[in-house]
Formats: sequence, structure tokens, C-alpha cells
Amino acid sequence: MRRLWQGLLAVLTLGLGRRRERRRDEGEGDSGGGRGHDLVEPGPRNPGTELGVAALFLLAAASAVAFIVVYSLERFPAQHELFGVTLAAAFGFLGAGLIVLARRVLPSEELEEDYPEEEHVEAGIEAATIVEESGRSITRKRLLTAAGGTAGGAIGLAALTPALSLGPWFHTEPLRRTPWRAGRRLVDREGKPYRAEEIERETFYTAFPEGASHRTLGSMLVVVRLDPARLRLPRERADWAPEGILAFSKVCTHAGCAVGLYRKPTYPPTQPPPGLVCPCHYSTFDPALGGEVVFGPAGRPLPQLPLAIDGAGELRACGNFSNAIGPAWWGVNLEKPS
Amino acid sequence: MRARHLLLAVVLGALAIAGAAHAQPRSGVARPPNEEQLPLRELGSQLYAGNCSACHGVDGRGQRTPRKTTEGIEGQGPPLRGVGARSVDFYLRTGYMPLSKPDEQPVRRRALFTDREIRAMVDYVASLPPPGPPIPRPEPGKGNLAEGYELFTEHCAGCHQVAAQGGVVTGARVPPLEDSSAVQIAQAARVGPYLMPKFSEKDITDAELNSIIKYAEMAAKRPHNDGGWGIGNIGPVPEGMVTWFIAGVAFVLMCVVIGSRLRS
Repeated sequence: MRRLWQGLLAVLTLGLGRRRERRRDEGEGDSGGGRGHDLVEPGPRNPGTELGVAALFLLAAASAVAFIVVYSLERFPAQHELFGVTLAAAFGFLGAGLIVLARRVLPSEELEEDYPEEEHVEAGIEAATIVEESGRSITRKRLLTAAGGTAGGAIGLAALTPALSLGPWFHTEPLRRTPWRAGRRLVDREGKPYRAEEIERETFYTAFPEGASHRTLGSMLVVVRLDPARLRLPRERADWAPEGILAFSKVCTHAGCAVGLYRKPTYPPTQPPPGLVCPCHYSTFDPALGGEVVFGPAGRPLPQLPLAIDGAGELRACGNFSNAIGPAWWGVNLEKPS
Repeated sequence: MRARHLLLAVVLGALAIAGAAHAQPRSGVARPPNEEQLPLRELGSQLYAGNCSACHGVDGRGQRTPRKTTEGIEGQGPPLRGVGARSVDFYLRTGYMPLSKPDEQPVRRRALFTDREIRAMVDYVASLPPPGPPIPRPEPGKGNLAEGYELFTEHCAGCHQVAAQGGVVTGARVPPLEDSSAVQIAQAARVGPYLMPKFSEKDITDAELNSIIKYAEMAAKRPHNDGGWGIGNIGPVPEGMVTWFIAGVAFVLMCVVIGSRLRS
């Protein structure tokens, strides 16, 4: 508390001192007084070094802009390496610029004198004057400030750009919409409908909705067949898995990776039970329990799609997913997929 | 909390793998005394009875309930009827079988049997009814590398990684493919050992399998690392750790450099 108070006092004094100083400057300007009261000796001026510092800052800004360009274009062969190179260059140039600025441009002087305790205000004014006058030897102060500001701003922007990939803020409606409707057939990558008899045990299939885009979040399915006697589905899903064939959204409910791993025991008595596993963070879902999370960071079960086998023996959807598809976001549990 | 659980699981998994590697049987292979004179089928039958039947049952009928064997192992295993030469050859040549405990993951190690013994056992188990699939003869030379890359990404890379260096699936270690022969990759794809799914010829045709093997052999033996250092090619966790260690040291050094006073 005391420290806070002292800090506040210091800031106040500095601000006050600055204003007084300015007023004094104006007053003295009238009487023709100049720099007779300078506290800091006018040091050597080195406009060349200043230009160099400005150039370093601008290089930092250029590297940060290059990061933004690489990030947004997604067209470069070694994109991830370029991320690292551009960011490292931006911070490297900024750091180099600051070091040169501190060592070559700003005058440095070591004072071994305690501030007199009673004269806080006076000392503050003096400190403010020193700060003010230290800059006088810099000939291109505005350029330096502008270049430094540009570097800082550009790096800040570069740091913020990846946040754009986090997803929509307000417009979450498309995330809830899926192409699955009752009666829609399950097809493979080439658009050929899956027949129930083609779905074998101990392996997994990727399925898409017939006549809809394969590229929307809700379209991709993972289909497995289990022994119907081993299913432990929730009661309201009793008829969702004809012949033990189950379909789930292939998008992990944690971070949205494709659930591309299917582990199945070769010999169930001594080996782990079947599991749909996401390769990103090893969230593991139990298909026999209707996609329940059994391991990993996922917070919600994998959405299950009700299936039916039609007269021709082909697989058809029988409605929409059991719960919201896609990765977790604010309010994901509030509404059902449409 | 979850993250801590995962870490614990990974550490325990690593320890379990290390433990399993030590717990392999001390070449407890039972061999008939007059091995050389026996015809192949007869040798296979005797080797099966001595080394496999405790878990896989008499005549490959399987062992449903655990039973004590002479070495104190609780024997329990799936029936082998109808698995065919494809599966037996794979499990014996990779050293996956025999397994010291029925509930552990089989890992690749030196095969405990000679080539003739393996051929004998393959011949014997394949002769048990019903007939099973033969040993595949893949021809990766006929494959297409680009197609293999796409198919490998789609079907295999989830577990084995796109660099074919293996990794982890919850509950098991995924083996790297660098020591696998073309025939073994083909066998594993069709058989699906341990927790691996099996892929029928409808999922992956023999021609596609050739391409996959061609890619896997290229990727596993000559991984290309744009960053300069592959760090074992086993994924983001070790890569992140290395980054932190190197970046952390560099960060401290930078602080020292910046914080030091000019000596002038």
C-alpha cells in the first residue's frame, strides 16, 4: 500500500515538474534565456547511429508484416519454418535496435548521490529536467519515436493475427448446422453408397452425406461395426445402431481434429476395448457407450448419428446428431444441431 | 488435472514398455530333440504343442478361460483356426509371439525360432481347418509414391505418423515401420495386430497397398526434416520440450547480455 502511494506520488511529481518546466521554458524564452541551465552536458551527436536504429526498427516492422503475410496467404512451401523465421527476425531486430539505442544514442551517466529526502519535489523536478534534456542530443527524435512505434505496433498486430483462426465470435449458427437429415444416404469419398454388408468389424470407415458438400464441419462421419451384444447405448438410442453399425461425427469435440484412430482389440478378453481416438490430444471415445469420453481432454461425447438400413441394404441417416458437433466453444451445449 | 493424468499415463506407459522389454521370456523355447530329421508338418505340430498350445489351445482351438502353465503363466488366447499362413508368419517373424504374458502388448524383437521352425509352424497352423489366407506377396516397386502418400495419410498416419515413426494410441505404443519388411506391412494391414484395425481388400486394394508400402519404406528410412533436426520424428511433445530447453537457455543468455554494463 505504501509502495503504491509512493509510486503515485512519484508519477504526480514528475508530471507536475514537467508542466512547471514547460512553463519556465516559455517564460525564459521571452527573456531570451537559452540553455544556460542545462544539467546534462551536450554529448556528441551521432545522427548516423540514430538512422541505423531507425532502420533496425523498420526492419523489425517489416519482419512482423512478413509474418502476417505468410500467415494469411498460406501459399509457401515451408510455412511453419517461415513463421518462426519472420517472428524471430522481428523480435531480433527490435531487440538489436533497443540495445544500440541504449548504448550508442542515449547518453549514460552514473550518479553516486542519494536523493535528499526532504526535497522530494525539487528532486522530482530535477529528474524530469534530466529526462527532458537528455534527449536534446538526439536530432531525429520524431523519426526514432515513429520507427519504434511502427515496430511495436506491427509486432503487436503479428501477435494478434493468429487469434483470427480461433473461429467466429458471434456468428456460430453455421457451426450448428449439419447436412444430415432423415433418409440421407451414407456415401464414401467417391460418392458410392455404403451397403450395410460392406461394413466389417475390427476396422473403420469414413462416410459423407450424399448430395452435400464433403467439406463442411458436420459432414464427415466415422463408421464402425461392433458386436451388438456388447453395445451399451443410452436407452433413447436403442435403435440407432442397426446390426451393431454405429456412426459418429469424425470431428473431435475437444479441438476439432479428425478422429482418425480406431483401436480395436484382436482378442477382447485380454486387450483394451474398442476406442475412437483423436491423434491430436488422445481424447478417446467409446463407441459401445455411444461416444462417451473415456480418456483425454475432450469435454463432451462424440456426437452419434442415428442409422437405419433401407430395403436395398444401404445405410441411411435417421435424423441428426445426438449433440452439438465440432470443437468446444462458448455455449456449445445450449443448442442441438440443426 | 486432465493434463496431469495424461502425463502420468505417458510416463507409466513408457515404464510399462521398458518393463515389458525386460520381461520377455528367457528363450524358453521347447524344441524336439531330433529336429533336423522331422518332416516340416510334424516339426510344426511338435513346436506348436510345446510353445503355443498353452494359450492358443490344442489344435488351435483357443483357450477361453485362463489356465496355469508350467512356467506359471496364466495361459489364455484366441483360436488360430482359419487365421492362415499370413497371420502366423507375421507374428513369428516379427517376434510378436510367443508372448510372455497374455495381456501385454506384443513388441518387435528378435524372432525366437529359426527360419525352418517358422516355416514349419506356419505350415502346421495353416493346415488346420478352415483354410486361411496365404502369405501376401506385395510388389512395392509397382506402387505410386504420390498415391501412397495420400493413402498413408488417410489410413495409417493417424497412429504411425506421416513420417512412419510410430507414436502412441491410448492403451498402446504404435510401432515405427523402419524395421518392417514389405511383406510384414502388407500382413499387418490385412491382419490388424493387437489394437490396429484391419483393412480388407475393399478398403485398400492390393495395388493401393503396394503404393502405401512404397511410401512407408521411403518415409521411414529417409525422413526429410525441413527444420534441420527431426527429434526422433515422434511428434509435437518432444519437439516442444526441445524448443523450451533451447529457447529457455537462449532467453537467459540474452538477459545476461542485455543486463550487463558497458565496460568503458
